[in-house]
Amino acid sequence: MTDTLTPVLTDDWDAERSWTLATYESRGGYGALKKALTMPQDDIITAVKDSGLRGRGGAGFPTGMKWSFIPQDNPKPKYLVVNADESEPGTCKDIPLMMATPHTLVEGVIISSFAIRANHAFIYIRGEVLHVIRRVQAAVAEAYAAGHLGKNIHGSGYDLDVVVHAGAGAYICGEETALLEGLEGRRGQPRLRPPFPAVAGLYASPTVINNVESIASVPSIIANGADWFASMGTEKSKGYGIFSLSGHVERPGQYEAPLGITLRELIDLAGGMRHGHRLKFWTPGGSSTPLLTDEHLDVPLDFEAMAGVGTMLGTRAIQLFDETTCVVRAVLRWTEFYKHESCGKCTPCREGTWWLVQTLAALEQGQGSEGDLDLLLDQCENILGRSFCALGDGATSPISSSIQFFRDEYLAHLTGGGCPFDPAASTVWAPSLTKAGA
Amino acid sequence: MTTTPEKVETVTVTIDGIQVEVAKDTLVIRAAEQVGVQIPRFCDHPLLAPVGACRQCLVDVPDAGNGRGFPKPQASCTLPVADGMVVSTQLTSEVADKAQQGVMEFLLINHPLDCPVCDKGGECPLQNQAMSNGQGESRFASSGTGGVKRTFPKPINLSPQVLLDRERCIVCQRCTRFAEEIPGDPFIALIERGAQQQIGIAENAPFLSYFSGNVIQICPVGALTSESYRFRSRPFDLVSSPAVAEHDACGAAIRVDHRRGKVMRRLAGDDPDVNEEWITDKDRFAFAYATEADRIGYPMVREDGELRPASWTEAFAVAARGLATARAAGGVGVLTGGRLTGEDAYAYSKFARVALDTNDIDFRARPHSAEEADFLAAHVVATGPGGGGVTYRDLETATGVVLVGLEPEDEAGTIFLRLRKAVLHAGLPVRSVAPFTTRGLRKLDGTLIATAPGAETAAIAALDVDAGTIVLLGERLATVPGALTAAADLAARTGARLAWVPRRAGDRGAVETGCLPNLLPGGRPVVDAAARVDVATAWGLDRLPETPGRDADAIVAALTAGDLGGVVVAGVDPADTADPAATRAALEAATFVVALDLRASDVTRLADVVFPVAPITDRAGSFVNWEGRVRPFDQIFANPASLPELRILAGIAEELDAPLGFRTVDQVWSEMEQLGAWDGARATAASAAPAEPATAAVQAGDSLALASWKQLVDNGVMQAGDKHYLATARPAVAKVAPALAAALGDTATVTGDRGSVTVPVEAVDDMVEGVVWLPANSTGLGLLTDLASPGSRVTITGGAV
Amino acid sequence: MTQATTLTETTISELREIAGRYPEKRSGLLPMLHLVQSVQGRVTPEGIEICAEILDISAAEVSGVATFYTMYKRKPVGDYHVGVCTNTLCAVMGGDEIFARLKQHLDVGNDETTPEEQGKKSITLEHVECNAACDYAPVMMVNWEFMDNQTPDSAVAVVDDLRAGKEVRSTRGPRLCTWREAERVLAGFNDGLADEGPAAGPASLAGVEIAGERGWTAPVAQASGATGTEPETKEGAVAEADTSRAESETVQEKSQ
Repeated sequence: MTDTLTPVLTDDWDAERSWTLATYESRGGYGALKKALTMPQDDIITAVKDSGLRGRGGAGFPTGMKWSFIPQDNPKPKYLVVNADESEPGTCKDIPLMMATPHTLVEGVIISSFAIRANHAFIYIRGEVLHVIRRVQAAVAEAYAAGHLGKNIHGSGYDLDVVVHAGAGAYICGEETALLEGLEGRRGQPRLRPPFPAVAGLYASPTVINNVESIASVPSIIANGADWFASMGTEKSKGYGIFSLSGHVERPGQYEAPLGITLRELIDLAGGMRHGHRLKFWTPGGSSTPLLTDEHLDVPLDFEAMAGVGTMLGTRAIQLFDETTCVVRAVLRWTEFYKHESCGKCTPCREGTWWLVQTLAALEQGQGSEGDLDLLLDQCENILGRSFCALGDGATSPISSSIQFFRDEYLAHLTGGGCPFDPAASTVWAPSLTKAGA
Repeated sequence: MTTTPEKVETVTVTIDGIQVEVAKDTLVIRAAEQVGVQIPRFCDHPLLAPVGACRQCLVDVPDAGNGRGFPKPQASCTLPVADGMVVSTQLTSEVADKAQQGVMEFLLINHPLDCPVCDKGGECPLQNQAMSNGQGESRFASSGTGGVKRTFPKPINLSPQVLLDRERCIVCQRCTRFAEEIPGDPFIALIERGAQQQIGIAENAPFLSYFSGNVIQICPVGALTSESYRFRSRPFDLVSSPAVAEHDACGAAIRVDHRRGKVMRRLAGDDPDVNEEWITDKDRFAFAYATEADRIGYPMVREDGELRPASWTEAFAVAARGLATARAAGGVGVLTGGRLTGEDAYAYSKFARVALDTNDIDFRARPHSAEEADFLAAHVVATGPGGGGVTYRDLETATGVVLVGLEPEDEAGTIFLRLRKAVLHAGLPVRSVAPFTTRGLRKLDGTLIATAPGAETAAIAALDVDAGTIVLLGERLATVPGALTAAADLAARTGARLAWVPRRAGDRGAVETGCLPNLLPGGRPVVDAAARVDVATAWGLDRLPETPGRDADAIVAALTAGDLGGVVVAGVDPADTADPAATRAALEAATFVVALDLRASDVTRLADVVFPVAPITDRAGSFVNWEGRVRPFDQIFANPASLPELRILAGIAEELDAPLGFRTVDQVWSEMEQLGAWDGARATAASAAPAEPATAAVQAGDSLALASWKQLVDNGVMQAGDKHYLATARPAVAKVAPALAAALGDTATVTGDRGSVTVPVEAVDDMVEGVVWLPANSTGLGLLTDLASPGSRVTITGGAV
Repeated sequence: MTQATTLTETTISELREIAGRYPEKRSGLLPMLHLVQSVQGRVTPEGIEICAEILDISAAEVSGVATFYTMYKRKPVGDYHVGVCTNTLCAVMGGDEIFARLKQHLDVGNDETTPEEQGKKSITLEHVECNAACDYAPVMMVNWEFMDNQTPDSAVAVVDDLRAGKEVRSTRGPRLCTWREAERVLAGFNDGLADEGPAAGPASLAGVEIAGERGWTAPVAQASGATGTEPETKEGAVAEADTSRAESETVQEKSQ
């Protein structure tokens, strides 16, 4: 039986000057790299496959399998691109990781690039996190100076260059082909697939794109073995992952645990919902994953169980809202976000989010009619699976799921002629939040 | 395809229950067309790369060919067929139908309801497909508090000609994809994001592409319009007639839309063998010249020094009388220019021989040479598609193309686009023998064979080509002694194929019909007795003039010298000729001048008899394009005020008692058919001596070699009348090497033996030292009049004189 | 706020240097536009033209990129850029109130800049989307540095200090530089501040601290052991992946 929390990636975050090479190496950092450089490259891929590691960026595609799709007989250069464009509302795990222990990522990048035979890797970090970019830039510079990067790494004959690339503000660049467009200096609009990036990605060359947490997990798998990783988690959702709790909980923050932990356990660890309040709704993996309610406190947080209750594990971005929160307001705000971030390429997402916002905004103000709820659901049906990429799908998640669970609350806006909630009651500084005795 | 049919790998798919075998990799949307199912679409265009943006063409795929279906509807414009695939379109699938209706509804929520005033109304894919695949009622207006549409201030100019109404745009990206993929002019791009996404240009960087008008035509809504046509008419008031563009030797298919005897607009026709679905802006917008105020509306004869109106019969008689006198007083020359239809050219050719008893006929109203005439007779005439002649499609399968004395983007836009297609899709290597890398060559990813004007002959001789190479020779090579001969030698030596690409629509037809001093119709050499007998017999004559005649330069000289008594001139602009002043002097010196023209000109002002000729819309006929492909077209308007030239010549010939035997286009066509091409020995070309090699680098102030050609949009007389179109012309600049440019400053004055031209200076990185390039007809009366002959020496000084 | 200056030869050579970091130079465009902003305070038409020239693409293409990403500004940005997260979670936790308070306090609307004032620094105020610091909600960003756990009063204090030219430190980062200096870092030019600030904020350490208190760790690695049953085929993997998108892709790939 593994422990409830299993700090691996987060384990060093409290170390003194944890972001430096010296600290990282003093705690065993770059040991996995030295080991990996002695391994046949295919054995590294096999190890990652055997570990059962599934992409930590939301989709959960098996990482090792993604690597094995790289056609090694293709004469073009191979590329590794790290998706550090963490922008999914509620998601806040990669950013603290890169700020606290950027070398974990850099070491993962080197091992992963070596495995797929890439001599060039890119870390695409969203531009709005200046200090994180500084830390990663500095870590890459330190790694070069220490001979972990550059020509003939530690005498292995293997060369790798890493470029830290700052984005410029576009949620859509979290979509891997849009990210490639951004990395090629273009508008971040998703590409047609096929060809898939594994065959024709960056510069039309074979490319692996992995999330920060996925890549950062690689050194631990190499150091401790695939079995070690697979010993954590559930049958098909293996290993540990960072769960990010935010919102109306006593102790928001990052909790690294085996996949399959339940929300009830996590809320308990976090000291419960804020004093005097109860859980109303939550997102399991960011705003693009359908909402759940307090009915779902005991559903294991793994890929399969979440799919079983009609949602997705996503990025384990657990946003918790208590009963003071108006679900219509919350959903409208997310919908405005999707409208703002829609890239404009395809009709359903571009026009659909424009319309959804108008319909929802009217409802929030108590205007419109009950028929608008069915219209919203029909609009969602016309967007979901009809859009070019998953952004449009994500835009429908909060709407469809909230109407499913909170139809009466929508109707209350209509019958009451406006929002029945006091937004001040939801704030951090709301008087009711004050703990007893404080 | 002219090649032998290759075995195409096919797959079998089932669409709406109908099995069909289609080529592997066919997109579902096109496979559906093959079974007669039209899936609605906007972003899809068969000549552009698939993008899958509009999502209008969603279909249900219950079986992807592997027994498993797609869980969600798929865009049929991006999905290739697979063997065993089952597709259900809106006709048989509720899922597909609902998906399409949903997308249509989304497209319409922000689309204005201005169809009644929109240019596209009546021919609008959005309007049409909203009717066929949309819902009758909008739920947008009644949703929430009533839907609020996105609006934009309207319209904005993407260029002086192309306008954008952003609120109508559905951002399907057809225009931006066209601009990037087809001509390589990405001066329009998607800008902004999400619902605000729109088409835009950069500040101070308008959409100046020679092919810009195509985006208007392929826009599936009324977002893109032209200044020239906007608000002028309704599509359902227009009559559409197929036609052929008259501006260059490409033979592009066009569609003329007209209303009550007036051309309202021109569009690209669809001809996969020739222009596919694209035309140049010149072909599209330059048609107002035919209705300018100086159009000649009646025949005129000179009386007491003044031209006065005359009846057709009087004018025929006066012309015949004057020509008879001139014929007796040394003879009459015939200058036909390059703008005639094949039928008219044939009429001139026959008129010269039959009515004027002369071979003094030349269509070349431009610098030319005897070497060129020999080359045309030996290597060009009577070649064509199917007979070994180079075709557009051949350009796509060539192992390489070498351009010599030809700038396709300016001089043959359809060739430029076909070359670019071949470069992009087949990796065609293009080389150009030219003094610098032009914008066009860059877009062809081409390699420059840096060559000063006059040094082309040596460059051709040194070319490394194989039998799969095609060498495209521009008409400008006529001014380079030995160049055409060197090209012929190269072809003979290597098996590379040659094609001669003249600039004008009538040039090749004039060659075929014998508007040359050394050729009779059908490629029959004048010097070949059997060929002469062949023609004479067909024409019912005892004999034809036996010796090769004077070429255009010699006709001009003979008129000035008084050796020729008169001249018949067809639509020739003296400014185009090798020595404009000499041509004007010759016309003044000529005892008798008959001019046949559309509009008043330097020639008609000097003529003794003037005949108004029918514009291209008012008569049937055909052009022969550079491939040797005949491009026939029908008469669109009936207008008795002017006549086809063959009818005018027939009238004069009858008065001369030398009837031509035809009065109509059809009659000429049958006669030409009957005569056919010469099956005897081709003419052989005498070899010509190569020119002296170009001189070495020179400093500012020293003499430079003058390089020049005409830009696509310039001061040509057939481009007059549309100020918006003319405003898209590239400005006149003097292009020189960087060091010289730095020495000269912003402006320079170029001086030649005929005068000076002052223009801005542009540094060109790889310009051959000692060369200056200027556009031939973008300043004043053109370089030939104002400056010097191309290839001659000029001097350059910084600043204005 | 300093006035926009023209791009000097130094900047142009730095722009070329950025383009040179990549196997294909166009990849440099995003950082190049950051550098243009660091010099000119916004993306200017001049900057667009120069980037286009260096990258050998059209100005329209650069314009398309510059108008796609929200960090590129077409109006001049003040000395400091203050972004208040008003995405759902931060908004609910108080971000809306903070933003309203700052608009009122600074007397500007969204995406507007305080007027030039003698002796005062200028501030551009904007509401921003989720900045990946939800466990510190409500969050404010100054020049894209974290200002965690804000209240309306703390936010007002921050902008007042910024306007007065006092040194302000990020709650999870260094002392704040100007917006233009920040843009230069985004262009890839090191400012030497990486070692300032903490490794992590308190929320980031929540789980680690609890694990430490309770003695929880990840399992100790063993030399060998049986692995679980992982999917052997792509279809199996897809069946386990939790997006329908991935599934349709795989079907499509197979049908090629």
